[in-house]
Amino acid sequence: MTGVHVSTSINGDPVEYVCPADESLLDVLRDRVGLTGVKEGCGTGDCGACSITLDGALVCACLVLGAEAEGRKVTTIEGMGDGEKLHPLQRQFIDNAALQCGVCTPGFLIAAKSLLDENPDPTVEEIRYALAGNLCRCTGYDKIVRAVQAAAKDLRRQKK
Amino acid sequence: MRYESPKTTKEAVTLLSKEKGKTFVLAGGTDLLVKLRMDMIEPDLMIDIKRIPAMNEINKTATGFKIGAAVSGRQLGASKALAKAWPGVVEATNLIGSDQIQGRCTMVGNLCNASPAADSVPAMIAAGAKAVVVGKAKRRAVAVENIVTGPGQTSLAKGEIIEAITLPKRPAKSGDAYLRFIPRTEMDIAVVGVAVSLTCKRGVIDSARVSLGAVAPTPLLVKEAAAAIIGTKLDKEALENLAAACSAACNPIDDKRGTVEYRVRVAGVLAKRAANIAFERAGGKK
Ligand SMILES: Cc1cc2nc3c(=O)[nH]c(=O)nc-3n(C[C@H](O)[C@H](O)[C@H](O)COP(=O)(O)OP(=O)(O)OC[C@H]3O[C@@H](n4cnc5c(N)ncnc54)[C@H](O)[C@@H]3O)c2cc1C
Ligand code: FES
Ligand code: FES
Repeated sequence: MTGVHVSTSINGDPVEYVCPADESLLDVLRDRVGLTGVKEGCGTGDCGACSITLDGALVCACLVLGAEAEGRKVTTIEGMGDGEKLHPLQRQFIDNAALQCGVCTPGFLIAAKSLLDENPDPTVEEIRYALAGNLCRCTGYDKIVRAVQAAAKDLRRQKK
Repeated sequence: MRYESPKTTKEAVTLLSKEKGKTFVLAGGTDLLVKLRMDMIEPDLMIDIKRIPAMNEINKTATGFKIGAAVSGRQLGASKALAKAWPGVVEATNLIGSDQIQGRCTMVGNLCNASPAADSVPAMIAAGAKAVVVGKAKRRAVAVENIVTGPGQTSLAKGEIIEAITLPKRPAKSGDAYLRFIPRTEMDIAVVGVAVSLTCKRGVIDSARVSLGAVAPTPLLVKEAAAAIIGTKLDKEALENLAAACSAACNPIDDKRGTVEYRVRVAGVLAKRAANIAFERAGGKK
């Protein structure tokens, strides 16, 4: 197995790594870069626990090769807060008890941020469709939807 | 496995034809990387086409649209011109998976994966789309309905790659639509998919194409179904004839998602609904 040398940007920082050509970006992020916020639920694109953005597009890190990140911009949950200060979505997930075990949470947060970046005032239906690629075995989704609505409101207020 | 990311189609074709081992073209990877992960494939070489600039573009041409093979569902959905001319093709492609999958999946990957239930394929067939197939010696335009030859099988020869999909120019008073039936509201595989594309002249349907997905080993172009509505204003009788022609064309399997009987019946029902939407989009009035 030949290693691929990759230079990329993760959460704004330049990062270099060598990985086997068939290794997923999910495994690279967790095992080589040490960013374990990105989770593995299924490994086949169904659960969204591994959600990240790649050049601004929401994707499943399990369905991207580590080699593909060359020269791209990757963002993960670790890049969401501002130092100690939580992003409004993170704050509202806590305040609304939108998580229990928390395995799905980084993926939901990344997917929800991607939605709110494009649509600052989504309807409940729009939120549910946008989060259809994220599975949660604990919460029953209602609290997640409410947290996203509340965070959307906070973000709209911040912008004013 | 080796990974290559060529910068031109020519380079990709050279890599593809030179390699002796198992080679796969990597577009969005939403089928391929699932198979890799499940050990269903053991590639020697993967050729990533996303660094080929021409394959990332959507262009309006003299003859219609040219959509690069690496264009994702998300990029496709953002094109206003395309959504206006071919709403059915765009909505079918945008039905694939979740937002995460949309960030990566391509129409060409959907086509070449050759699943009988692929959502964008009936819409492309109804639209009269062509695949621009490039090999070492020549390039050819192949009607989309002639690409898939069976489940997981295509008519592409070794060393051939699809560079783009072309959609014809849209005359006035045209409309297309795609509908699928799934047991859930999203993130599921079509039990039946139906695409209808039509053009009206003086209020009457002048030309039409109808395609079915998930009801046979390959997506179908159903000429009898188109014939049933051409020359009509999509009155009740025309719709019934359309449904009957669609049901008659089905050759489905029985599985946990739907029985043969169910699929045959639903194909007719969905065809009527899709035709109504396409007719309305074409400005047709009953
Ligand atoms: C969670 C999930 C949900 C899904 N939901 C749906 C759904 O609702 N509807 C649906 O239809 N599909 C669905 N799919 C399947 C898949 O997303 C689609 O088939 C998608 O369009 C494949 O595109 P891709 O670019 O990711 O293909 P890839 O995985 O990159 O490639 C697929 C195949 O096509 C070949 N190929 C790709 N590009 C070319 C080219 N330019 N020339 C020659 N060969 C090429 C590859 O070698 C491979 O064999 C889903 C998949 C997942 C993981
Ligand atoms: S781990 Fe990637 S979608 Fe489940
Ligand atoms: S909180 Fe446990 S899976 Fe969502």
